Amino acid sequence: MTPQNESKAIFRIWRGDATQGAFQDYTTEISSGMVVLDAVHKIQAEQANDLAVRWNCKAGKCGSCSAEINGSPKLMCMTRLNTLPLDQPVTVEPMHTFPRIKDLVTDVSWNYRVKKEIKKFQPRKPDAADGTWRMQQSDVDRVQEFRKCIECFLCQDVCHVLRDHHMHDQFIGPRFLVYAAALEMNPIDSADRIAELRDSCGIGLCNITKCCTKVCPEEIKITDNAIIPLKERVVDRFYDPLTRLFKMFG
Amino acid sequence: MSAIDVPLQKNRFGQTRRKDRWWIEPLFVFLGYLIFTVYANYALLANNYYELPGTQYLSPMYSPLLFRYAPGWWPAILPYSAAALILWAPLGFRITCYYYRGAYYKAVWLDPPSCTVGEPRKSYWGERSFPLILQNVHRYFLYLAIVFIFILSYDAWRGLWFDGPNGPGTQFGIGLGSIILILNPIFLGLYTFGCHSLRHLIGGRKDVISSSAVRQSCYNCVSYLNRRHMKWAWISMFYVGFVDLYIRLCAKGIWHDWRIF
Ligand code: SF4
Ligand code: SF4
Ligand code: FES
Ligand code: FES
Repeated sequence: MTPQNESKAIFRIWRGDATQGAFQDYTTEISSGMVVLDAVHKIQAEQANDLAVRWNCKAGKCGSCSAEINGSPKLMCMTRLNTLPLDQPVTVEPMHTFPRIKDLVTDVSWNYRVKKEIKKFQPRKPDAADGTWRMQQSDVDRVQEFRKCIECFLCQDVCHVLRDHHMHDQFIGPRFLVYAAALEMNPIDSADRIAELRDSCGIGLCNITKCCTKVCPEEIKITDNAIIPLKERVVDRFYDPLTRLFKMFG
Repeated sequence: MSAIDVPLQKNRFGQTRRKDRWWIEPLFVFLGYLIFTVYANYALLANNYYELPGTQYLSPMYSPLLFRYAPGWWPAILPYSAAALILWAPLGFRITCYYYRGAYYKAVWLDPPSCTVGEPRKSYWGERSFPLILQNVHRYFLYLAIVFIFILSYDAWRGLWFDGPNGPGTQFGIGLGSIILILNPIFLGLYTFGCHSLRHLIGGRKDVISSSAVRQSCYNCVSYLNRRHMKWAWISMFYVGFVDLYIRLCAKGIWHDWRIF
């Protein structure tokens, strides 16, 4: 159903704290052009002043308003109501993969800790005397795709290795495989992350089922362009005797 | 890596709050695999009707035809099929293909059944340990698959030669089967040359691809096909089955090969 100028819709919003909670229904007026975040704000203003929701830009660029809408990880500010079936309640709940704080807000600090554990950018010696580097645009195209990431962590939320198996201690998740790929493929970077990708980052846990790619609001081809190329680099190093042989003599 | 020290929710098998028909896609993938597997097994065990008398057509499931009859070393208890000697290579290529892997982990193994849908099993090893760590041999199957493209191109060429007054396979001509056989290596090529491992080997493994113009163009071409890898995986798989079916039905006299000239 497309919302005509003024009509009503029911939002089934998760209310609770770190340990418990329940869905609560709110009926609110909606108008054309509204996104889920607008509806949540309207409910917050008119019916539930204490409803906790994290947001910032309302433009799909800060990555704060991540939630699960009708069971799919999405940015609330980029989900238009006319893309949802409004004849039934719209469920809005916090991401499942991270600890809950209050209502729609989760504690995503695990991601920041993971990021710190990945080897930093290490530029090679500058190409020119003035301390600058030279590179071709075509060589940084790959990396620039990854740099579009807004750290919404929707991909982390949807990834079944984290979501269903809770292997946070063994797997860095798609967001940080994208991050590692951006560093590994950078023509200037000289650090080597292949061994850590296999071991502490757990790249072998990804079974390339592409849910991360499906939810990425920046449309980064996470699996095809970041994870699989990294898996291939791991194969080069650890699982391909011929490549190793060539490297030994080459 | 960092751990999370508070318990997170666990989903039951099939549990999700999705309201769309999420099961349709894995169901179609599952049925697609099932249909192809059943047909491939039938074609493999049949060990007959893979050639069409009067033509040089040869079913791609039996190409190259290494031994028409069981060689001496073939274990007597196993039923012999000439296809069994070669089919493992294209099959291994597809089973270890990144696209197929992702698709059957979902549709067959339900790991997960679909995004944000609860899984049937609690334990999970991924591709990090045995047996799935063996998927890493994919590039070796790629080398074989490339050889097969050449073999099947040769078969397509042979499909243009028919029995004539000067003996078998001496008269040039075109039948519907010839065209069908020509399209086969083309579709397989569009699938094979979009392979992720090829994309890596041909240029992706370098941080600076542009230093060689040839490498850069090859990488761009493979990347182009790679973006359509799923489509060509399905088309080429079913097409191979169709070519076998066409030759089989013609050989059985149910269909008749239309000789264009
Ligand atoms: S493709 Fe890999 S990283 Fe992405 S969601 Fe699936 S298992 Fe997780
Ligand atoms: S890769 Fe995409 S989904 Fe993942 S955090 Fe970045 S923008 Fe969000
Ligand atoms: S509020 Fe910034 S991405 Fe939604
Ligand atoms: S990734 Fe599909 S054929 Fe190699």
